[in-house]
Amino acid sequence: MEQSTAIQQASNVKNKAATKSAALQEPRIIRYTLTFIALAFLAFFIVLPLVTIFITAFQKGVDVYFAAITHPDALAAIKLTLIVVVIAVPLNAIFGVMAAWSLTKFNFKGKNLLLTIVDLPFAVSPVIAGLVFILLFGSQGLFGDWLFANDIKIVFALPGIVLATIFVTLPFVARELIPLMQTQGTSEEEASISLGASGFKTFWYVTLPNIKWGLFYGLILCNARAIGEFGAVSVVSGHIRGMTNTMPLHIEILYNEYQFSAAFAVASLMSVMAIFTLVVKDIIAWKSKSS
Amino acid sequence: MSSLIMPKKSRRIIPGFHLSLGYTMLYVSLLVLLPLSMIFIHTMSLSWSAFIDIITEPRAVASYKISFSTALIAGLLNVIFGTVIAWVLVRYQFPFKRIIDGLVDLPFALPTAVAGIALTSLYAPNGWIGQFFDFKIAFTPLGIIIALTFIGLPFVVRTVQPVLQNISAEVEEASASLGANRLQTFRRVILPELLPAILTGFSLAFARALGEYGSVVFIAGNMPMKTEITPLIIMTKLEQYDYAGATAIAVVMLVTSFLLLLTINLIQWLANRRFVH
Repeated sequence: MEQSTAIQQASNVKNKAATKSAALQEPRIIRYTLTFIALAFLAFFIVLPLVTIFITAFQKGVDVYFAAITHPDALAAIKLTLIVVVIAVPLNAIFGVMAAWSLTKFNFKGKNLLLTIVDLPFAVSPVIAGLVFILLFGSQGLFGDWLFANDIKIVFALPGIVLATIFVTLPFVARELIPLMQTQGTSEEEASISLGASGFKTFWYVTLPNIKWGLFYGLILCNARAIGEFGAVSVVSGHIRGMTNTMPLHIEILYNEYQFSAAFAVASLMSVMAIFTLVVKDIIAWKSKSS
Repeated sequence: MSSLIMPKKSRRIIPGFHLSLGYTMLYVSLLVLLPLSMIFIHTMSLSWSAFIDIITEPRAVASYKISFSTALIAGLLNVIFGTVIAWVLVRYQFPFKRIIDGLVDLPFALPTAVAGIALTSLYAPNGWIGQFFDFKIAFTPLGIIIALTFIGLPFVVRTVQPVLQNISAEVEEASASLGANRLQTFRRVILPELLPAILTGFSLAFARALGEYGSVVFIAGNMPMKTEITPLIIMTKLEQYDYAGATAIAVVMLVTSFLLLLTINLIQWLANRRFVH
């Protein structure tokens, strides 16, 4: 007991010495100035915009707020956004696992090229991401005549919105899993296989538990972007109210019609989702650190 | 072990090579390569002189200047403030630190259109912040810079933060015990370690800002020659069914971002060689 308190005291002295040392710590005035600059910047760029959204949303009262978010066009936009997310996110999650498996468990020629291609959608402007699908499936596009002859609509309809969203969010899960699986190596899988487990069993019982938090993290980021994608979806949607308007496009229309309270009401729903994303992200980061 | 005994077979022990690689290749071919190749195939339908005419239109050239300069300034602002924020979050203690740390990622999670309308209403002439300024912020290039700074902030903070966390105290102690003052230690010891991360963060923020659309269209005012960004030119041409024109401008954007990534990778490689080894 006495010994431990002695050690504690010694370490306290040491800590005090460290904090006092002018050579290891900035002068107090600089510490306070830097903290002030950082917090002021975050207040102006992050906190105030967030506060504005909620205040403007409720400016004209709770009735207007609920009228805005239960308007048939708003509900149609919410439904369309959910449909798009439910298709796009799982597809990109399966792709992310497949891509990470092939890129981290094996060596082959052209690996770096494939890595670059997987990253490519991040380097492309969302507007261009939409444009490419117009060029493929639009009336003047590569498959335009064929689609018209067979009466299939891709652009200015749900399939186009889903395709554009898949393109924009394609790298998220893969980007999260590749570095993680790289550091984990292949020895555990090799052991499982050589003990007689099947490939799928090995993936399910050995790999998946190791990567679950990374996978979840990638899913959350992919989901947030898929819900909020604006540029790419705006190009391929055609803005048909109640039909091909996702939530961000609905916000744009309301805003351009000067229905600010309604626009911010729908925006506040999306902000709640964004805050929820941040909270879940934090929990995942904490869980993965502790496990 | 296994690689020592049977180097060739170790690769084959784990199943699923053909399945996973085949699936990956098919997926990226259909959803990334084929769509993107359409940009170049479609441009082929234009003659060289027609292509040059479209991409050197005064309105297009003005948009390159606006997009490039605002993205550059926003990137530099992010370097300065992003590094300060990362520093403060790693080194200092203050209340609500964990919540504030989490809030840095908001630009990643908040839809760009929502960010766009929120920033516009704040910085508009009658907005909470805009009313305190004699000059206009929203609907000028300043507004574009603000939107792009918002979008790019997490890139710099999140690349610098882990590097700063991993700098061992011993290095700084050594520097101090050799007689360096705090500023010298920062300039000569800490900053060189941070520089590659700062560069990465800058390049990610800059590349994202060049292509950004959602947050900018609301705050920019979109006046041709003055506050019209390049992605908006593509959008306008598409609305007029001028697919050839939209595609030509898209080629300029794609080639620019490709060259940019190449340059940045080169700079980073040089920086790593100089500072790490």
